[in-house]
Amino acid sequence: MKALVIAEHDNQKLKAATRALVTAALQTADQVDVLVAGSACGAVVTAATRIAGVSSVRFADHDSLGHPLAEALAALVLTISAEYEFILAAATTTGKSFLPRVAALLDVAQISEITAVVDRSTFVRPIYAGSALATIRSSDTIKIMTVRTSAFAEATDAAVAAPVAALEFKPLAGKATFVSENLATSSRPDLAAARVVISGGRGLGSAENFRLLDKLADKLGAGIGASRAAVDSGYAPNDMQIGQTGKVVAPDLYIAIGISGAIQHLAGMKDSKVIVAINKDAEAPIFQVADYGLVADLFTALQEMEALL
Amino acid sequence: MKILVAVKRTIDAYVKVRVRSDNTGVDLANLKMAMNPFCEIAVEEAVRLKEKGLATEVIAVTIGSDKAQEQLREAMALGADRSIHIQAGDELEPLNIAKLLKAVVLKEQPSLVLLGKQSIDSDNNQVGQMLAALCDMPQATFASRVELSSDKVVVSREVDGGEQVLSLQLPSVVTTDLRLNEPRFKKLPEIMKARKKPIEVVTPAQLGVEIKSHLTVVSVIDPPPRKAGVIVKTAAELVDKLRNEAKVIA
Ligand SMILES: Cc1cc2nc3c(=O)[nH]c(=O)nc-3n(C[C@H](O)[C@H](O)[C@H](O)COP(=O)(O)OP(=O)(O)OC[C@H]3O[C@@H](n4cnc5c(N)ncnc54)[C@H](O)[C@@H]3O)c2cc1C
Ligand SMILES: Nc1ncnc2c1ncn2[C@@H]1O[C@H](COP(=O)(O)O)[C@@H](O)[C@H]1O
Repeated sequence: MKALVIAEHDNQKLKAATRALVTAALQTADQVDVLVAGSACGAVVTAATRIAGVSSVRFADHDSLGHPLAEALAALVLTISAEYEFILAAATTTGKSFLPRVAALLDVAQISEITAVVDRSTFVRPIYAGSALATIRSSDTIKIMTVRTSAFAEATDAAVAAPVAALEFKPLAGKATFVSENLATSSRPDLAAARVVISGGRGLGSAENFRLLDKLADKLGAGIGASRAAVDSGYAPNDMQIGQTGKVVAPDLYIAIGISGAIQHLAGMKDSKVIVAINKDAEAPIFQVADYGLVADLFTALQEMEALL
Repeated sequence: MKILVAVKRTIDAYVKVRVRSDNTGVDLANLKMAMNPFCEIAVEEAVRLKEKGLATEVIAVTIGSDKAQEQLREAMALGADRSIHIQAGDELEPLNIAKLLKAVVLKEQPSLVLLGKQSIDSDNNQVGQMLAALCDMPQATFASRVELSSDKVVVSREVDGGEQVLSLQLPSVVTTDLRLNEPRFKKLPEIMKARKKPIEVVTPAQLGVEIKSHLTVVSVIDPPPRKAGVIVKTAAELVDKLRNEAKVIA
């Protein structure tokens, strides 16, 4: 039984999500290979060879894979898919975009955002914004799934590096072309990897006020997230949105500030280990999932917390 | 230029669902149903493109039971010109949906196919990508801006790190994100007009598509409950608990 894991990276660094993918893959298969597709991504390949449990690392290094399009990634995976019974990618915007193409072209189902492996053909995934957990059995010969990486532990480093092999990649005659990218630059930890996440909602009231979270985040080394209402109101950029249609996080500590706790928001954070809610409305649904709730004006609470940390 | 929009009937986004006591699924009986919010955004975008003179016809298509025709009427009240209802079960797998939509694409030859990025019930996020692959069309998922011209569409996409812009040759497939637009309020005259717009009803067999099942639902359960939390009185007490009880901050 062999599994292929598609690495998450930015051409320079291997993302921690890849390690969680390896953990999930090892629960299905005896042999796990990692595929790195990128441009000038040698450091990523090296990092991938050191993940415990990885049998080999296959890579395609090509200019056009610097900003890989879904079409290209799917085509690349299809050149080697016949060797595998399992193909796993992270449930990121990249994984979500290319993996369903692979499944469709192989005429098999994709199982989206699995959070647990029951056995080699049975997987658990949340549905209805996390209101229910479905256990799904696949009858396909190749099982294709995106993985909610926050639900799996990160594989550690091995003593011995796995072997590497280059793959041939022929760029497609492009019906789709990359035009530009505008990526957020932040010195804060990546939301997916942050141990502490502080999220602000509409209760912050303005973009200016939203910056008040910075000081607390600095003190706690936290990543900053936002509710959709905060993003829609222009307080925070969309890549900070947490929830059913944004990012899913499960940090050790999640602090929700001025967030009411709509089901769509809870979908993105309710598996956090410790949840704190600060809200002036004692009836806000966020308190139903909070380990520690503080019913207070958030501006006063923020000031007081900063002084204490 | 024709635009095809795939719309799905789902539970209303603000309704709380309950898991059935026999754990075979969730209980949807008597709950408020609506058009999947992302599909509504897709219809709105198509109608705006038509209003700008960039498209000539907007066709809505849904796959589901007869009740799903309500959502086609909604799409036509938003401005779609006509609809296609593919009669099938309500819970087909995404690959089957994509195959059925492909059959419609072959028949209608749209220049642009708009879909929601995700159904809020199954949360699959697959159909648009599968359809694009099956039709060998370029795709742009998670669109927050769509600029259509006669031979291409330039799409801004919401990606994990920020925003990305792609240019696609037509015909192409685009899936919508929440910030693409805000769907208009449906006015009574438009709702009345929509009642007279045509709905063509077809079966999967008529489209030559065989429905295959790849997945079975073993069980559906409630997520594990979180243990009851405590309400603290002050920020000082909160910081103390986080430090000394939960031990999550230094
Ligand atoms: C299809 C769909 C997908 C969605 N996806 C997402 C998603 O991914 N993520 C997401 O977050 N939402 C999502 N939503 C939106 C969601 O339903 C809610 O509207 C949103 O989460 C509300 O954000 P909020 O809690 O910041 O705002 P509100 O609900 O307006 O809550 C603001 C809170 O701040 C409190 N407050 C105000 N002032 C103060 C103060 N001075 N001190 C303390 N507390 C204060 C109020 O008591 C209130 O509880 C989605 C909705 C739909 C329909
Ligand atoms: N039964 C259906 N009928 C029509 N369109 C659908 C159906 N199911 C999914 N879609 C389309 O595919 C999008 C993504 O759905 P999904 O892949 O199920 O999350 C939806 O927003 C719709 O545009």
